[in-house]
Amino acid sequence: MTVLAAATAASTLAACGGGGDDGGGGTSSGDSGSNEASDIGITETSIKLGAHFPLTGVAAPGYSEIPTGAQAYFDCLNEQGGVNGREIEYIYRDDAYNPTNTSQVVQQLVLEDEVFAIVGGLGTPTHSAVLDFLNSEGVPDLFVSSGSLLWGDDPETNPYTFGWQTDYTSEGKIIGDYIAENFPDAQVGLFLQDDDFGEDGEAGIREYIDDQIVAAERYTPGNTNVGPQIAALQAAGADFVVGFNVPSYTALSQLTALQLGYDPQWFYSNVGSDPTLVGNLLNNFSEGQVSDASLLDGALTTDYLPTVDEPDNPWVQEFQRIWDECGGEGELTNYRIYGMSQAYTTVQALQAAGQNPTRDGLVEAIETAGSEWEGPVLAPFRYSEDSHMGTAGMSISRVTGTTTEEVAPVQLTDIGDAEIEAYDGEPAEVPENGIPDEESVVD
Amino acid sequence: MSDLRSTATDTPAAGKASSDAPTEATAGADEPTATRRRTLLPSSTLLRHLLLLALGAVATVVILESTDPFTNSQLATLSYYAIAAGGLTVLTGMNGQISLGHGALMAVGAYTTALFLSAEEPLPLPLILLAAILVATAVGALVGVAAARLHGPYLAGATLALAVGLPGLAIYFHDWLGGEQGLRVRAPRAPEAFDSFISAVSGNSASNTKWLAYLGAICLLITYFLLANLVRSRIGRTWRAVRDQEVAAELAGINLGAWRVLAFTVSAAAAGLAGGVLALVVRLAAPSGFTLVLSLSLLTAIVIGGLGSLLGALLGSALLVFLPPFVTDLGSGWGLDNTEAAQLAPFVYGVVLIVAMIFAPAGFVGSIRMRWLTRQATRSAARSSRG
Repeated sequence: MTVLAAATAASTLAACGGGGDDGGGGTSSGDSGSNEASDIGITETSIKLGAHFPLTGVAAPGYSEIPTGAQAYFDCLNEQGGVNGREIEYIYRDDAYNPTNTSQVVQQLVLEDEVFAIVGGLGTPTHSAVLDFLNSEGVPDLFVSSGSLLWGDDPETNPYTFGWQTDYTSEGKIIGDYIAENFPDAQVGLFLQDDDFGEDGEAGIREYIDDQIVAAERYTPGNTNVGPQIAALQAAGADFVVGFNVPSYTALSQLTALQLGYDPQWFYSNVGSDPTLVGNLLNNFSEGQVSDASLLDGALTTDYLPTVDEPDNPWVQEFQRIWDECGGEGELTNYRIYGMSQAYTTVQALQAAGQNPTRDGLVEAIETAGSEWEGPVLAPFRYSEDSHMGTAGMSISRVTGTTTEEVAPVQLTDIGDAEIEAYDGEPAEVPENGIPDEESVVD
Repeated sequence: MSDLRSTATDTPAAGKASSDAPTEATAGADEPTATRRRTLLPSSTLLRHLLLLALGAVATVVILESTDPFTNSQLATLSYYAIAAGGLTVLTGMNGQISLGHGALMAVGAYTTALFLSAEEPLPLPLILLAAILVATAVGALVGVAAARLHGPYLAGATLALAVGLPGLAIYFHDWLGGEQGLRVRAPRAPEAFDSFISAVSGNSASNTKWLAYLGAICLLITYFLLANLVRSRIGRTWRAVRDQEVAAELAGINLGAWRVLAFTVSAAAAGLAGGVLALVVRLAAPSGFTLVLSLSLLTAIVIGGLGSLLGALLGSALLVFLPPFVTDLGSGWGLDNTEAAQLAPFVYGVVLIVAMIFAPAGFVGSIRMRWLTRQATRSAARSSRG
């Protein structure tokens, strides 16, 4: 017994020593056939990933579910053997949507936990605080959970950062194009969050229907009285309102419009449209007088992922299975699907980075192969050496009750003066166990 | 005039009122009865503080060189909390004014720093931090003029409005101040002298994290040195007089309003510097970093540490920085998932605050000092009864 223990200890030591030796120059070890500790956060049997999310505070409802989805996906993946025999160790920390905290927890993840990469860090102001830090430390900063242009349009300055979801400008363009074609006589009012989110969206939408827009009203996050803005839209005669706002302001705008007797056609951008969350918020804000999202009935919205109200979608079925087998308490929600989809793309990236991934190899792998990856995301990514922007396309759907129906198929575009075109690809098939199988593209 | 004042404060009536009945809450603020105390420290205040400053500098180098990079970054965070808490403890503990608006004053310092650093050829860093102090001081003086007329809950309300309202300016002037997303700060690189200093001292590599930690520590030491001298001077004594016995102080010829404004201004200057350091350490000045929670955290830090004591402000800030990650890791160790572990941190912080208020109402430093004073008093009483 003692002998065995000693032998194990010795072999562990030997393994550690070997890993340490190869730690520096593991770039060219992809073909060696055995797992090595090829970079910080990678051992022979594990890969450590980190993330920051608002788990407490005002932004926690909804967003705090994203990492639980990703965690469930990684747990199921680990049961199936992980990535190249390595288990994913996923650490997510709370930043309460406060950039000061984000800076602290990301330093903790990078310097203390020594993660291989940061995956899916949430929020524009929060993640801005760590953008320089991660890029100066050379830590891959994958798939930021925000549609800001910051993450992808300048890979020279931020070579390690990648976007993931459709950026707000492309979303605005697709919405504008849809309105121009289907509602050419509508008098459009814009309801915008007064920051990059609203600004980028407005820029996109104005490219197509600048002449139809009769008013653009902005609200300041934190100020819960949107009466003046909604009244101004009503006074300007807008009969079609496009909202680039967060879910709580979807609820507030609906309640305010109800009070004012204002009933335009609503179109909420993807961020603000989750029917379940908006329903809960409506219930809260109205103190029970409005009990579900029925106010949203007939509103239009955009999608870049399958949603829980499509129970026939094979991806949703697979995610449901993963959540049932590996998830925690609660139901599968759109936020959990978001987290799982992000985890899926992460696994694709890790597979493409070869058997013994390095931080630089991971970036190279995404730039080389990322634009060809298929998965739950409806449209392909735009990853290349010149762009780190995420997915490029969206479909448009209409809320009916607590479900949605698609009214326009997936369309593709890009920032700048790129045209909008229909996406002709087929929806990707679900691989076995919901685990992708990408070839290594790094030697 | 000054003669009149000094004789007045020396009269038994006024003097006794504060020394016989030190209010428990501000026990940490009161000068320990320096008379007849056996001590190794020099008796001159300035010399004593210079010695402590030198000791602090040595301790800083030892601590920063013997800890890992993450602890270095935590210490950098500690430094800006402690600078702001130091300023606030002077205001609240020494002068009896409460401020819920120090987060906003930090925002002034942070945005000033961010704007100056975004220039094509930024000024040297000390000048930028000085500018941050000056702008925050100016804002603090303005607020102080209003604050000097208010008391208790009204003062809390007015400064609360500052904390809630001021960060909104960044969103209103979003073209200039970056809106919700804030201004990103590119912290200047460490000078070469710093690299050679570090390699000479410990042989460690001089990372940017380390440079920021040293920068924060230097600012902290200078601030505390200046504040400590100030509160042990005539100004500090006058502030305490205004705090403890308004009527007596006024009778002694002290202009209450002017001294209150001065206290607020000094405190704002510290908050401005703290904001500047924060901008460098966090690399961002954004409104969501300066919420009411920040102002309240500073207040809880000085209350837990001991009102009016700089050491207490430092300890309270340390609790603010080190407790949440410690509790979160502890929670994960107990098998909680990451979300539950994260929710544990504010809970435990609340429990610590309540327990501290029940068992140590004068804060860490205040309670220890109270106990020490009581023992001294008992001993001298015993001695005098024997004699």
